[in-house]
Amino acid sequence: MEVYRKQGGYAAVEKALKTMTPDEVLEEVKKSGLRGRGGAGFPTGLKWSFLAKPEGVPRYLVCNADESEPGTFKDRDLMVRNPHSLIEGMIVSSFALGANTSYIYVRGELFYVIRILEKAISEAREKGFLGKNILGSGYDLELYVQPGGGAYICGEETALIESLEGKRGNPRIKPPFPAVSGVWGCPTVVNNVETIAATSWIVQHGGDEYAKIGIGRSTGTKLISACGNINKPGIYEIELGLPVEEFIYSDEYCGGIAGGKRLKAVVAGGSSVPVLPANLILKTMAGESRLMSYESLAEGGFVSGTMLGSGGFIVMDEDACIVRNTWNFTRFYHHESCGQCSPCREGTGWMEKVLHRIEYGHGKMSDIDLLVDVAAKIEGNTICPLGDAAAWPVGSAIRHFRDEFEWHVREPRLSQERNYGLAGYADPLPVQAAEA
Amino acid sequence: MSEKYKITIDGVSTEVEPGTTILNAARQIGGDLVPPAMCYYSSLEGSGGKCRTCLVKVSKGSEKDPRPMPKLMASCRTTVMDGMEVQNLTSPEVQEARKGVVEFLLINHPLDCPVCDQAGECKLQDLSYEHGTEATRYEFNRRTFERIDIGDKIQLHMNRCILCYRCVYVANQLTDQRVHGIVGRGDMAEISTYVEKAIDNDFSGNMIDVCPVGALTDKTFRFKNRVWFTKPVWAHRDCDKCCGRVTLWYKGDDVLRVTGRKDEYGEVHEFICNTCRYDKKRTKDWVIEGPAKVERQSVISANHYDSKVVPVIDKR
Repeated sequence: MEVYRKQGGYAAVEKALKTMTPDEVLEEVKKSGLRGRGGAGFPTGLKWSFLAKPEGVPRYLVCNADESEPGTFKDRDLMVRNPHSLIEGMIVSSFALGANTSYIYVRGELFYVIRILEKAISEAREKGFLGKNILGSGYDLELYVQPGGGAYICGEETALIESLEGKRGNPRIKPPFPAVSGVWGCPTVVNNVETIAATSWIVQHGGDEYAKIGIGRSTGTKLISACGNINKPGIYEIELGLPVEEFIYSDEYCGGIAGGKRLKAVVAGGSSVPVLPANLILKTMAGESRLMSYESLAEGGFVSGTMLGSGGFIVMDEDACIVRNTWNFTRFYHHESCGQCSPCREGTGWMEKVLHRIEYGHGKMSDIDLLVDVAAKIEGNTICPLGDAAAWPVGSAIRHFRDEFEWHVREPRLSQERNYGLAGYADPLPVQAAEA
Repeated sequence: MSEKYKITIDGVSTEVEPGTTILNAARQIGGDLVPPAMCYYSSLEGSGGKCRTCLVKVSKGSEKDPRPMPKLMASCRTTVMDGMEVQNLTSPEVQEARKGVVEFLLINHPLDCPVCDQAGECKLQDLSYEHGTEATRYEFNRRTFERIDIGDKIQLHMNRCILCYRCVYVANQLTDQRVHGIVGRGDMAEISTYVEKAIDNDFSGNMIDVCPVGALTDKTFRFKNRVWFTKPVWAHRDCDKCCGRVTLWYKGDDVLRVTGRKDEYGEVHEFICNTCRYDKKRTKDWVIEGPAKVERQSVISANHYDSKVVPVIDKR
């Protein structure tokens, strides 16, 4: 707490509460162009302005710290290393939204994070940043930490709200959106940890200042959790607009592929975004180099693009097996599907079984088309985005790596002995080991 | 409210009260353009949106905002906006998605219709007959559940369940205490009483009526007869617990079972109590009103009355 204060922490709270009105804070966030860091990339200011404000009804801010996307682990570290930045963001954001009670919904597995957060909250309360009449401004705020049950589906905002209310974590049917009817039926905003933490900086330095960082409509910085076959896995804060190539190969970031191997594929934003082969992740179809930003990664749509998602950057080298990887993801979605609506409940299990069959050498050629068809029938037909998230990796893996799937079917024995390798997806860069 | 919203479904226009869902608007028009619904139940608040069979394409959002909706919408939970245009039968996309949903619903369904008491009045049978394909592409073992006993009146066959949540809503909204619910997650979710408690209250029998498939069936009627051999008759009695308006299912002179009265979409609007359902199975308990109206696609109608016999078309 002391250290954070010394480095200018909680200045944003003082600035916001003493000199600004809630609408001014909202205006700054809008100007900053900050976009949701949880995966969808929805502009935060716009989301806040949708919040219904009926008289006499409380409003809530909920922080979504139920981070459980495979490949994403940024929020956990943010909360462990700098819990006060989240709390400060919560105070500022709650003030802007007029919420007097706010919740941080933390994934149940992260016991130690919950302890850290609760300690930090009590510190903030001692200093008078939480509770009644904060800093003499007449604004009250209570902040609660709510541990979740550790279900992936509870990261979906309406399922999170259900879970927060003590019910079964099933996503609600939208509309009504949480901005109209959320926690206890009251207007609610659900934001990611990183988004909320960013708001305090925006308030302190101004939205225009924030908008200068980054590129185009992707403003600011983003935490990227890089993992997979790279030399330096970890969490990197990057300015949006950094070329992907630089992110993977520069020593400042991932430091290249481990063991001097070649790049095969990248899952750019956590398990649920489409996987891209090396040639497409480094350069777009048009031949421009791809940047780490919402727009650039999405360029080419789902045919040749992907999404920034939640920033879980999984790098796979030439020895990775795409079929196995896809099967693994699907197994996860099968396990985590809430079972509420039929396409996702039945479809994820079906895809998992078919992929398992292909991976273990019992597949048929028709299975590949079957997978594409099943994925297409899940996508867009479910209540919440989990169905889409389950369908995209399968669809994209087959789109880009079809011959690897076919090889698994054609050579069942061989596919058990070795991996397919790079094949036609040679990464366009010279091999680093060869240079040395 | 005086103001009415105009909605066009498959080119047929109608005016409905604001707040009506697309599905209910379609039901007001009637006919083939009504989307099928497995989980929506008009008398149960909060039901619907889960099975995804009623998906439709909204090709025009409203008069004010004519943009089409990006995804297919669940018609049972989407309310009508003024000037909305909806495609159901006319959209190949919708038909394709519905086929997919039916396939998903059937991949883990045991398809034990020959021994299932629901056969003949099963919504899933109707649905797969109208929208499904002839053969499944599923080649794995179907999911099975441990059998649990939920009392002496209701038989639970979890393998047949499509998780429409209707019985949960019935227990929530009709009875004082709900003792069963959904346990587990994903495709291993099941209807259960958790510690194998018997479901025992005055209105529990309605779970049987709302179940669209053969997951919840009447133990007192179990294996007695096929529903299409029985004759539905409307009757009523003075009941101090419920409305007392029921359908009696006759075989010869015997009342084999008693159910609530279902409308043409298989929905009961007046729920009945267990006394009427299980204990009054003699003709002298009832005042007979006359033959029940039977819904259009039901095989029950094939054996009785004058109605058209639905020709069996070999789709292959």
